[in-house]
Amino acid sequence: MESPNVSGVLDSKIPAGPLESKWEDHKGHLRLVNPNNKRKFTIIVVGSGLAGASAAASFGELGYKVKCFCFQDSPRRAHSIAAQGGINAAKNYHNDGDSVFRLFYDTVKGGDFRSREANVYRLAEVSVQIIDQCVAQGVPFAREYGGLLDNRSFGGAQVSRTFYARGQTGQQLLLGAYQALCRQIDAGTVTMFPRHEMLDLVVENGRAVGIITRNLVTGALDRHAAHAVVLATGGYSNVYYLSTNAKGSNVTAAWRAHKRGAFFANACYTQIHPTCIPASGDYQSKLTLMSESLRNDGRIWVPKNPDDKRSPDQIPDADRDYYLERKYPSFGNLVPRDVAARNAKSVVDEGKGVGPQKNGVYLDFADSIRRLGRKTIEERYGNLFEMYDKITGENPYVVPMRIYPAPHYTMGGLWVDYNLMSNVPGLFVLGEANFSDHGANRLGASALMQGLADGYFVIPYTIGDYLADFLNAKTPTDTDAFAAAEAEVRAGVDRFLKIQGKRTADSYHRELGRIVWDYCGIARTAEGLRKALELIPALREDFWQNLRIPGGSAAVNQELEKAGRVADYFDLGELMCRDALDREESCGGHLREEYQTPEGEALRNDEKYSYVAAWEHNGAGKAPTLHKEPLAFEAVKLTQRSYK
Amino acid sequence: MNLTLHIWRQGGPDQPGRMVRYDVKDVNEHSSFLEMLDVLNQQLIEKGDDPIAFDHDCREGICGSCGFVINGEAHGPLPKTTVCQLHMRHFKSGDTLHLEPWRSRAFPVLKDLMVNRSAFDRIIQAGGYISVSTGSAPEANLTPIPKPLADRAFEAAECIGCGACVAQCPNGAANLFTGAKVAHLNLLPQGQAERETRAVGMVEQMEQEGFGSCSNFAECEAVCPKGISIDNIARMNRDYLKAKLQGVNRLVVVGA
Amino acid sequence: MAWFTDFSKAAIGKKAVMAVSGIILFGFVLVHMIGNLHLYEGPGHLDEYGQFLRHMGAPALPPNGALWIARLVLLSAVVLHIWSAWQVTLMNRAARPTDYTYRPQVHTTYAARTMRWGGAIILLFVIYHLLHFTTGTVHPSFEEGAVYHNVVAGFSVWWVSLFYIVAQLALGLHLYHGVWSLFQSLGWSHPRFNLWRNGLAQAFAWIVTLGNISFPIAVLTGLVR
Repeated sequence: MESPNVSGVLDSKIPAGPLESKWEDHKGHLRLVNPNNKRKFTIIVVGSGLAGASAAASFGELGYKVKCFCFQDSPRRAHSIAAQGGINAAKNYHNDGDSVFRLFYDTVKGGDFRSREANVYRLAEVSVQIIDQCVAQGVPFAREYGGLLDNRSFGGAQVSRTFYARGQTGQQLLLGAYQALCRQIDAGTVTMFPRHEMLDLVVENGRAVGIITRNLVTGALDRHAAHAVVLATGGYSNVYYLSTNAKGSNVTAAWRAHKRGAFFANACYTQIHPTCIPASGDYQSKLTLMSESLRNDGRIWVPKNPDDKRSPDQIPDADRDYYLERKYPSFGNLVPRDVAARNAKSVVDEGKGVGPQKNGVYLDFADSIRRLGRKTIEERYGNLFEMYDKITGENPYVVPMRIYPAPHYTMGGLWVDYNLMSNVPGLFVLGEANFSDHGANRLGASALMQGLADGYFVIPYTIGDYLADFLNAKTPTDTDAFAAAEAEVRAGVDRFLKIQGKRTADSYHRELGRIVWDYCGIARTAEGLRKALELIPALREDFWQNLRIPGGSAAVNQELEKAGRVADYFDLGELMCRDALDREESCGGHLREEYQTPEGEALRNDEKYSYVAAWEHNGAGKAPTLHKEPLAFEAVKLTQRSYK
Repeated sequence: MNLTLHIWRQGGPDQPGRMVRYDVKDVNEHSSFLEMLDVLNQQLIEKGDDPIAFDHDCREGICGSCGFVINGEAHGPLPKTTVCQLHMRHFKSGDTLHLEPWRSRAFPVLKDLMVNRSAFDRIIQAGGYISVSTGSAPEANLTPIPKPLADRAFEAAECIGCGACVAQCPNGAANLFTGAKVAHLNLLPQGQAERETRAVGMVEQMEQEGFGSCSNFAECEAVCPKGISIDNIARMNRDYLKAKLQGVNRLVVVGA
Repeated sequence: MAWFTDFSKAAIGKKAVMAVSGIILFGFVLVHMIGNLHLYEGPGHLDEYGQFLRHMGAPALPPNGALWIARLVLLSAVVLHIWSAWQVTLMNRAARPTDYTYRPQVHTTYAARTMRWGGAIILLFVIYHLLHFTTGTVHPSFEEGAVYHNVVAGFSVWWVSLFYIVAQLALGLHLYHGVWSLFQSLGWSHPRFNLWRNGLAQAFAWIVTLGNISFPIAVLTGLVR
């Protein structure tokens, strides 16, 4: 592999001044668009999850003309809907010492000091407004008997700051944003384009001016022009094929923008969630997350003897290895996600895995049921136990659950500045699709917070500052840039259909996912990453020779949709490995086996790698250029995480 | 496990459809229903046939994308379960299964088992929201809501918008879907200001979409993957009738 | 009228019309059944009861006045009940243009599924019943005012009694689903008493049905002669 070209220092546009007042000051100085002029601006929003729906609704309320796109049949189905746990906010309702600063600090530390202080502080600041907004929309958060909002401690946090709606917080928050979006659709400010997939970004004179979409019902390619394009298209965990993401979740919109010049940052920062149901066979199409709140009362163990044939309840304590409690006496089963995931992988790799495929570890509630009674456990986790039973056919009240880590969230994404604008002027990126707030690892209940913070409370301010320059600017679609982009998309679609080989898109995706999982998953090594960088291009070559897509392009063709997404995953998978190889340290979700503390903890190298790695696409077959945005820490002191 | 499937195949919205028989061999009992169809589709593609189109996304029973009728039951035989969460262990070798798309005038078939459910979105657009623009919300804990009330609102709000209620209803009615949203918002103190206009707007939109009327069969409740109660329909009826007795009409909303 | 058109524009409005007219008709069948229990007190009492009905409201109302007012109210209720049923039936047919090719599973009750046919049977029965006991047109030995005689003679024909019994069973099913249903249609729902709605509907349907069926059976078995 060629060594990456390194150049430039990116301008993050972080406002000057003390951390606590940056956002307030910045808002005060952003340029505004006159209310009567707002309707003269068109904004494209791609994606209708928490970030996209909240942004589109807020733009509509302000009076902008909005075109919102989603590939699902309704904006309500975006994958934010599946988030279970909750949403953090520094309300300090529990009087337990929480504050904006503490939420900020926990998030920076949780991200292993690889996020931007200023962004994270702003996130913690607006978190309190999010709760107010959602409650006013009618989001039915859990309440105490006194009628006030309930909070719980989540993901090992030392304070109770997580708001939740049973195990369906994401659903309720998304429906709140969706309903706000519906209100604007009814008011005529937002036009919704469901079953439309963005297949290219149109860049003219260096500015994002529109997108090319494919209508997934008729196959028609359409040009859409706007004064600004906002991507809120989620993460790329599906590069692994098996992940907790929805089957349709994809990187295509972000990747096509990347190919048009937007830098892709920290691609190797992926989060592998420790508590998922293990795969049961090779037909497995996705993995299901079990909320990590289960670790509050469940004990994780494997039999000491890998060949132990006894049923789990027959294995006495002496023959069980409660490996997390053993290695991390003070945090025990509540160690952070990455630590729990890594340890599960190593015991399974040692051959100590449990279940028919020996690919899981036990999460055992027997002690808690004895201590608290079955009723209490049922109240706390009833719906999760039911879901587990539904999927595995096993009753977790009787038999311990089997769990294994699964790709869940990607911290990396398109690079954005403090205003959430990418390096391509006019292209904004929100939510999981950007890289900005979670560093190398995301804390539980922070994804929903970031999606809504970006959409409700950041982008409505910052986009005006950009638009102010373009009052009365025309948005034609009959330009050379649009024609060229459309022609390229058309050629791409035709290329898939012409191959007429033997293998399905899914079979390639599965094989690619296996490579990325093996070499750029829970733990990475230079050797493995180099190997992956040989395997991926070879498989990609075969993909372009031997793919079979049935049918044509002028109707519903789900295989064609898959093929486009898999093609982008090949390129992304390669970039992930490149990024992981280049980052010769361990941090958060990125563990390089060469860089560990003697206890097996991630060992950062702050001197050399305290930067955001933003990659520039240089065309197919060419090595990308690495741009570094140095990270400066003023408010927090860099420490080594320890959960002993 | 071997199964005989009869599946509705329809090339496009305006094309005629028919049931086609497929013999599926060696189905793994631990796979989900959709994974069973995935395997069949891979075989169809490899044989050069057109795979069966069906909507699906999260495969965790929460996005509401998936759903078709299996032997006359929306989402199949297991209560409170979407087809993506329905596992093959609930069937036995030799079973014959008939798979058909949701049937309703308001849900035209797009292809095979895939239907257009945009009518649901338009019902929500007609009032299924609380008008609170971003930034104008008061402090969240200013309005205490008794827990039992909040719980009832939550249970109505659990609807995933899959359309099983419409599919199962002999009248093709959408009252459970609409009633669940009316009830969710009209139960809460935040929803009171628009209580009447919401009920009127959503009900009248539901009519315009061509859904049928409610005969109180309760078929919808029986197949709802979230177990949403028809009590919510009663609540919608009450709010609608009260509003109509007061002469309330649908609001015309104009953007900023 | 404009108000009524607007109110009954949506199916929910039509169902409310159906429910309210249903309540009137439920009240009628209950009172009718109770009144007919005079049969068991012998000829004098039943004929007196008939007399009483014809002179209700006197002297404010002329003879048969109250009866005709009641008949008009009942007739309007029947017309509105059938009109709303007809309207929603058309709507429901249109809403499901293509049926499932295979649909063995049904979750709802038999009573709910047979409302339309049951309603039609009841309508035919009512017409027969009026021709039988009110006008006497199809009665073998009708005597104006001799209610007891008319009933006993009428029910002595076994196949007439059988038709009455069948019709009453249809009415029972119709009442069961109808009573339960009206709570839903009018939105009379509350978690605290919802469980009672089914019991109430069943009790109401059983009482009316058993009461009504008892008359032909009593005649056929010779209990009343």
